[in-house]
Amino acid sequence: MGTEERDNLTGSPETGLPKRELLKVAMPKGRIYKQASKLFREAGLPIPSDFDDTRKLIIELPEAGMSFIMAKPVDVPTYVEYGVADIGIVGKDVLMEENKDVYELLDLGIAKCRMSVIGLPDWKPIINPRVATKYPNVASQYFRELGQQVEVIKLNGSIELAPLIGLADRIVDMVETGQTLRENGLVEMQTIFGITSRLIANRVSYRMKNEAIQGLCDKLQHTIAAGVKA
Amino acid sequence: MSKPKVFEKPIGVKDYLPHAVGKLRQIENNVLACMRSWGYEQIMTPTMEYYDTVGVASATSDQKLFKLLNNRGTTLVLRSDMTAPIARVVSSLLKDSEFPLRLSYHSNVFRSIEEEAGREAEFFQTGVELVGDASPEADAEVVALAIASLQAAGVERFKIAIGHVGFLNGLFEETLKGHEEAQEELKACLLGRDYVGYRERLRALALAEPVQRELEGILRLRGGQEICNQALQLSADATAQASIRHLCEVWDVLGAYGVCEHVMIDLTMIGDFDYYTGMTFEGYAADLGFPVVSGGRYDNLLKQFGRPAPATGFSLKTTRILELIGDHSGDTKPRVLIGYIAGGREAALDKALRLREAGDAIIVTEKLDAAEQLIALNLEASASNDGKILYKGVTFETFLPFFGNEDREVR
Repeated sequence: MGTEERDNLTGSPETGLPKRELLKVAMPKGRIYKQASKLFREAGLPIPSDFDDTRKLIIELPEAGMSFIMAKPVDVPTYVEYGVADIGIVGKDVLMEENKDVYELLDLGIAKCRMSVIGLPDWKPIINPRVATKYPNVASQYFRELGQQVEVIKLNGSIELAPLIGLADRIVDMVETGQTLRENGLVEMQTIFGITSRLIANRVSYRMKNEAIQGLCDKLQHTIAAGVKA
Repeated sequence: MSKPKVFEKPIGVKDYLPHAVGKLRQIENNVLACMRSWGYEQIMTPTMEYYDTVGVASATSDQKLFKLLNNRGTTLVLRSDMTAPIARVVSSLLKDSEFPLRLSYHSNVFRSIEEEAGREAEFFQTGVELVGDASPEADAEVVALAIASLQAAGVERFKIAIGHVGFLNGLFEETLKGHEEAQEELKACLLGRDYVGYRERLRALALAEPVQRELEGILRLRGGQEICNQALQLSADATAQASIRHLCEVWDVLGAYGVCEHVMIDLTMIGDFDYYTGMTFEGYAADLGFPVVSGGRYDNLLKQFGRPAPATGFSLKTTRILELIGDHSGDTKPRVLIGYIAGGREAALDKALRLREAGDAIIVTEKLDAAEQLIALNLEASASNDGKILYKGVTFETFLPFFGNEDREVR
């Protein structure tokens, strides 16, 4: 991979011209990836479906003019902000939490869910409220805007446990179907914002590779609009 | 926070080792020489300023300023850019100088940052301010000079995007008259580069279909001169029209400079609305994730210092360019090692003085003890093979021994 990449940068010796530069796309591994690659295929981009199960971290797709960087979803905005990826696909939840300086170009309309405040059905205001979450920035900001002072506890998984065992009286988390909540006897109290996946771009790449990025953006937008109408 | 370890330094500040400094100085010198050749004269201002003057006037947001107290309890700031200090100088020390004033600077500036890596709390800016000229010619001059400066710095592939804050102000004022809050929200979205949020808010406003399409369309106003013509059709508002006409003229002047291939018009590229008053621009280099140049027109700043005047300028982030420039720099002069023992000291140092005055080489002198003298003689012998000598980790092209018998001095 190393030498191939260097060749791309230095260009072929015969022509002296740089080879067509690949658009570096940071793709979130897991839940969003399958839906995103399906959308890309629907938009006419030649992405083989067997990529969905690969363990490779960097996948080159010269025929699509792209190279995919398989990243942990929460890291996608970081790769894009630093410009090691030109564009990326990431959930609005991560964008809200990470607050990176990137262009948010397109709502892809996939991986729909919502950010919510969740608690036990018999929740009552208490003196020292504690909120457990994977999204401490989102949670702090939400409660601050409500004028409530809460202690935010950062957890890394199984957030639903917190109110059940008394670590926190409420949690802030992503809700997709609500199945986990129901099974654990929890209820959604407020919706903070709706979440879908977004196409984001680096500040410099958006200008230096504008044609390629705008082209991809248009194709995707067209596909999404067609999907909405259908 | 735990007590720092001895080698630690505050987050966001950097040491530059000799190799990097060599490159950095080369970039600075080339850029400053370029600016001088355009008639811009360099000035220096202090690192510290009063919060109530330069601090308040600067474009940097309050929480990003480094503040400190002096012994009288007055709040000071570390300068966060050079534009506000220069405005202060232009309005005070240079208040009798005739406009236009062409000034350049190279200095370190300070911004307090969040914990994130890659953002610097202290970095170097090289830039210019052109004060007292409101014409499109002046705007084009600073853009053309920014391009020349990038080229002088050795940046090969780059692009400049120019926009104008007046266009959006005018367009919004025309299409969303009376909806000040909506205007602010839409501008905040564009400033935050949140195009999805921009479209969502537009839809929420439930505007007439053509207006909605028009306002969504501005996200695509990006390209060459044709963008100006498209934009002229979009808004009949006087401010917007005047802005676009100004931008068209800037483009024409840039054409005469012969630099249009590096420039694109981008009407969604907006700077801080409270600070910039006209054309704004940003420069991007390939393979670097962050902009390297930013600038624009700020006609309201000087009046805060009591000498109202239009002004335009830019700054180049020299330390960022450092990452881009290959290593074809450094001191190309040969290095000479003069080794001596006590008896040869006078002759050795005299020789060093004369060679340094000649200025063709870098001269290092070392007093050698007996053992080193032996090694040095061996070095000299081996040097006849490959022409280079490695002495205490440093490579020298030439070795001149002064061991008390001056007749050995052969070169």
